[in-house]
Amino acid sequence: MMLEVKAVGKRFGGLQALKGVTFMLAEGEILGLIGPNGAGKTTLFNTINGVFRPDTGRIIFRGEDLTGQPPWEAAKRGMARTYQVVRPLNELSVLENVIAGACFGRHALSVRKAAVVAAEVLEMLGLSKQTCQPAGSLNVAEKKRLELARGLAARPYLLLLDEVLAGLNPSEISGMVDIILKIRDSGITILMIEHVMQAVMKVSDRLIVLDDGELIAEGRPSEITNNPVVVRAYLGDPRDAERLMAGGRA
Amino acid sequence: MKRWYQAGFWLPVAIMLAWGAAVWAGGEDAAREKAFTLIMFVGLASSLNILLGYTGYVSFGHIVFFGLGGYMGFYLMAVCAWSLPLAALAGGVVSALIAGLLGLAVLRLRGAYFALATIGVNEAARSFVSNFEPFGGSTGMSLNFSVYQQYGGAGKALWLTFALMVAVTASAVLVSAMIKNSRFGLGLLAIREDEDAAMVMGVRTPRAKTIAYMASAFFPGVIGTLYFFKNGNVEPGDAFQLHMSIELLVMVMLGGQGTVLGPLLGAVTYQGMRGYMLTSPLFKDLHLAVAGAVLLLIVLFVPAGLVGWLRGYFPKLRRALE
Amino acid sequence: MRILISLLDGLLIGFVYGLSAMGLSLIWGVMKVINLSHGAVMALGMFFSYAAISRFHPGLALPAVAVFGMLLGLLIYGVAVHRVISAPHLSSLLATFAVNMIIIGVGTAVFSTSPRNIDYSAGTMVLGDIRLPGTRLLAAGASILVTAVLYYFLYRTRSGKAIRAVANNRMAAGLMGISPTRSLALSFSIGTGLAALAGGLVATMFPFTILSGSTYEVKSFVICVLGGLGNPLGALLGGLILGGIEGVVPTFMPVSWVPVLEFGLFILVLVLRPGGLLGEK
Repeated sequence: MMLEVKAVGKRFGGLQALKGVTFMLAEGEILGLIGPNGAGKTTLFNTINGVFRPDTGRIIFRGEDLTGQPPWEAAKRGMARTYQVVRPLNELSVLENVIAGACFGRHALSVRKAAVVAAEVLEMLGLSKQTCQPAGSLNVAEKKRLELARGLAARPYLLLLDEVLAGLNPSEISGMVDIILKIRDSGITILMIEHVMQAVMKVSDRLIVLDDGELIAEGRPSEITNNPVVVRAYLGDPRDAERLMAGGRA
Repeated sequence: MKRWYQAGFWLPVAIMLAWGAAVWAGGEDAAREKAFTLIMFVGLASSLNILLGYTGYVSFGHIVFFGLGGYMGFYLMAVCAWSLPLAALAGGVVSALIAGLLGLAVLRLRGAYFALATIGVNEAARSFVSNFEPFGGSTGMSLNFSVYQQYGGAGKALWLTFALMVAVTASAVLVSAMIKNSRFGLGLLAIREDEDAAMVMGVRTPRAKTIAYMASAFFPGVIGTLYFFKNGNVEPGDAFQLHMSIELLVMVMLGGQGTVLGPLLGAVTYQGMRGYMLTSPLFKDLHLAVAGAVLLLIVLFVPAGLVGWLRGYFPKLRRALE
Repeated sequence: MRILISLLDGLLIGFVYGLSAMGLSLIWGVMKVINLSHGAVMALGMFFSYAAISRFHPGLALPAVAVFGMLLGLLIYGVAVHRVISAPHLSSLLATFAVNMIIIGVGTAVFSTSPRNIDYSAGTMVLGDIRLPGTRLLAAGASILVTAVLYYFLYRTRSGKAIRAVANNRMAAGLMGISPTRSLALSFSIGTGLAALAGGLVATMFPFTILSGSTYEVKSFVICVLGGLGNPLGALLGGLILGGIEGVVPTFMPVSWVPVLEFGLFILVLVLRPGGLLGEK
């Protein structure tokens, strides 16, 4: 079992952001994490990779309890993560960004060896032409690929993708989906937060749905789309919608 | 990432050594004095650059390590009769250790809070030392002139101090180059660009920052001891000048922060400008104002400093200008 | 009894410290800029009040000092700060520091470093054994008044609310039709106005030179951290704490230990409660 999240809870002041979230992730799976805005998806990521310490529950990564450990512990054990709003190391070149990912990831590589890994990864993600440019000068789609490259260069077992498709146009999305599938085929397990529904439905083996901090559904994409609980979470109560349409008050 | 044989790596170190050798060979006291001050600032600026340019932590009170290390080294010479090289080394080590301890508290702060804390630390150190009797309180300590006889007289002592200053500055520049081209340095640069992202990437940020802080404190400690030995005395007012701290900052910015050559160029240029203005009847009283104006222009229009500007103008020299 | 008098004395000065720190705190709170020319502006305020009080009644001179400070602030903002307002913090730190160097440099050349003294006496208030100099009472009173006016401005007037909006979220405020530049420039100039005014008040109490501002600047940093950066009321509180310490400690410790205590407290607060005792705003 690649990842076990057990009854994780997290509170910020008055807000209970996560309420007893439990799920498991098997090796080689692509698990999609969906849910309406504000559901706590990114917060969940943050507790998994150590940015936040959960108030309750455990995070078990490849059999090891990582609950509350600082983020670099997760990174060194093979967990890589991308951000929703990308965070490139702006003043460093594209190559240096990815070398950094390789140097501090699962293997503590020397700069020279890391450069080799970095070149490979950049090639795979189609960024070979931009290696010497400062990372800050790339466009959004390129920055997303750079973020992904940096994560992959760490040779992770598990890759956490936070809305990696956001802000991309349809052809870019299709390209990125191919890359994600290739990554999984290379043996990396993926947990991805996504809002682009067709893409996540197509790519994921399973889905889990988070709403208001709680896990409300789990299953295959086909099961989830028809789950009324899920639909209500996204769209609100359908009976309210009917009433409104009929001209009455909700 | 450069190898040791590539120009960008060895050029700054070579410049320092060549400069020192030239002055030594010339044997002139006046040239030595001038070079001493300049080389001292290059060393101080380079050390600040490790913290500021590579790690991105702005320290306004970096001079505190010059003062604390200098005081410690001076004490060892004046009271415990240690020799200059050993005392200077000890001064550096003590500075680094203090930085390590201090870092536990202040490196948890970010940005402006850290900057303010460094000012506080400097002022606290100065006030503390002014009250600390073993270090001579507010009057400080002085060296008995006979100490210089140990080195063959005042003249020889001054040349020895000069040679040591060249050595320590060349080391500082070398270490700076080594850090910049190492895995450790890459971690620091990542911290500078985005500390949280660096953590998530796997950089052990607290450890990296502490090592950088200690490294940046070591050289000023050694340099301080050498400086005060040459001066013959040390007092709180001289050792913890906030003003000097800020000038170091200007030098690093002027030359180009985050580069190896930058502090070198910046220190030389700034001191050159300052020297020119102090002797010019027109600018004599205004040197601080002019320095301020220069700093402002750089911050507003040329933030990459001299090195950045040169790299833009001479793209072919980019490999050498690092 | 003696301690009480010293404490009271310290608190009165503390009000003025608080006033000066308020300017710094406001600028930080609104635009995340630490104005390193704060001390220099205070010093200029001292000189301005020196010139003004000898010619006009303080009731006129002191507001004039404040206005002078505000105009100066607009100038500094326009020249140095505006361009780097969205740049990394280091840029604005260095820009304001450069301004500081320029002011001190020119000031030293023009005014030299000989101390000036304002011979102004507002009498002394006598309460039994306690003698309180009138100037201190006036200064404390002015500080309290100005604080009240500042709060009224920030919470009851349109421009003040605009400033608070920009402080909260610059981009959103811009989208709502508030000109961020206008609010930023205004808050910067209010900040410097407060600094100049505080300098002007200090000048009535102690002799000064162009370099005197730096001591107060460092004190202002300490106060801002104590009270919480961006929190003007916190600045006042911090000022009182500092003034109180400065008043009381010398009664049982050699006075040279006061700075050590101040900075020790400063670092302690920074490390334990970086948001300040009252929290940031």
